[in-house]
Amino acid sequence: MQRQFNPYTENGGTILAIAGADFAVIAGDTRQTEGFNIQTRYAPKVFRLTDKAVLAVNGFAADGNMFVKKVKQRLEWYRHAHAKDMPLRAIARLIQTMLYAQRFFPYYVYNILGGIEDDGSGAVYSFDPVGSYERETCRAAGAAQQLVQPFLDNQIYFKNQVPPPGVAGGHPTHLPLDRVLSIVTDSFTSATERHIEVGDGLELYVVLAKGRSPQGLEGLRAAHVREVTGHTDGERVFVINQELKKD
Amino acid sequence: MANASAYRGTGFDFSNYARNSFLEKKGVPLPKATSTGTTIVGCIFKDGVVLGADTRATEGDIVADKNCEKIHYITENIRCCGAGTAADTEFTTAMISSNMELHSLSTGRIPRVVTAMTMLKQYLFRYQGHVGAALVLGGVDSTGSHLFTIAPHGSADKLPYVTMGSGSLAAMAVFESGWKPNMDRQEALNLVVAAVSAGIFNDLGSGSNVDTCVITKDHTEMLRNYRKPNERVQKENTYKFRRGTTAWTKEKIRELVVDETVVPLPHPVSAGGDAMDTS
Repeated sequence: MQRQFNPYTENGGTILAIAGADFAVIAGDTRQTEGFNIQTRYAPKVFRLTDKAVLAVNGFAADGNMFVKKVKQRLEWYRHAHAKDMPLRAIARLIQTMLYAQRFFPYYVYNILGGIEDDGSGAVYSFDPVGSYERETCRAAGAAQQLVQPFLDNQIYFKNQVPPPGVAGGHPTHLPLDRVLSIVTDSFTSATERHIEVGDGLELYVVLAKGRSPQGLEGLRAAHVREVTGHTDGERVFVINQELKKD
Repeated sequence: MANASAYRGTGFDFSNYARNSFLEKKGVPLPKATSTGTTIVGCIFKDGVVLGADTRATEGDIVADKNCEKIHYITENIRCCGAGTAADTEFTTAMISSNMELHSLSTGRIPRVVTAMTMLKQYLFRYQGHVGAALVLGGVDSTGSHLFTIAPHGSADKLPYVTMGSGSLAAMAVFESGWKPNMDRQEALNLVVAAVSAGIFNDLGSGSNVDTCVITKDHTEMLRNYRKPNERVQKENTYKFRRGTTAWTKEKIRELVVDETVVPLPHPVSAGGDAMDTS
């Protein structure tokens, strides 16, 4: 019989990101848990890195916060060296190398990176804790991944849905912003109903491509929208806060 | 003579025990039972007892039932809140309820709370904690108001205010700051609601609604869903699928109305004495 210190804990919560044609939505709940306890009802899991990149982290909260801190530091060094923000695909590769550097003492964190590529398209990159990554249209991670991802597969990728006859091109590859936002809200209210670690609040980032109108953001009911763009004249970033059930 | 293998004794059947422990060693775990990771409370007041419970049932970190009933009927004047393994709390309380009914029929008296408490704790002790029921028992009888907790191993406590389940610490914090002797009915009810609410909002194993039950000398009032502080907000979209959404591989239509002609056979002439005498 031997006892050992366990450096990891699991802090619950769920994150998700969806890419549109010229926007990206990155969201997470704000509850942080340990066991059956709520550590705090507001601990952000989604962070603005640049005007075109937003990172969501989920898993072990301490590792997540430290990882975001180090990614931000690397992005600042890049700005000093090159006098511009790092492109999204380059941030994705940076995150891969940073995660794999800890291959034998990993950051116990699932990352989802969302934002706008250099060509102006919305993008989502998802990572495993040791750096395997992939560009996708949508991804859920965290405690309620098993509940949310199948819903997204059905509603975003139209999996198991036969397209209506006579519609040219079948299902759309990208959905409009208002539809994406409503699907995100419903994902989190539903995950809150059935998963004990999800709830309290929803923090949602919207990244709009350069020159895109904020159409689709006005129609939000009971939501608090705030712009957090760093530089005018480029991509725009908005934060939306919503309440979730607190039981 | 009765076959020896056909005989079954009363009580639990342990015949799968060896197989299950073998399977467990091979890495096939037993299915997890639904746990009512719960907040249950009880409180004595001037004229009787108030019991309270949340309504969430969980399976690990998934909510199994959003509005289950945790206040069980024992007799008209005795009720019991259950926490722990859902099946154990349901079956133990149902069995004790049945025995209490028989007991009151044979004695011809209104049954006492101590009787139920003794039956419950002796039953739980017999199973050495393997029957996972943590109970709050309350009621009013000829000897007054009584409130007990019974732990899964069979120990019982008699106290003026009690809590049990994963939300017991949150609920007890409310009792410790708000309880006073000789409260009236509404004061006690409010305190119980506050205690259960503390569990609902601060313990992840508890949630949804508040059930309460007020027992007095000649009346028991079960207040199911007394408070509903966690109603779901309306969904943003409707998720109704167009007819023909689901793909199919083949179609086969079967004729259900069948035409049938019945041709009667010529009546056979009886050959010999084999035919049955139907006269």
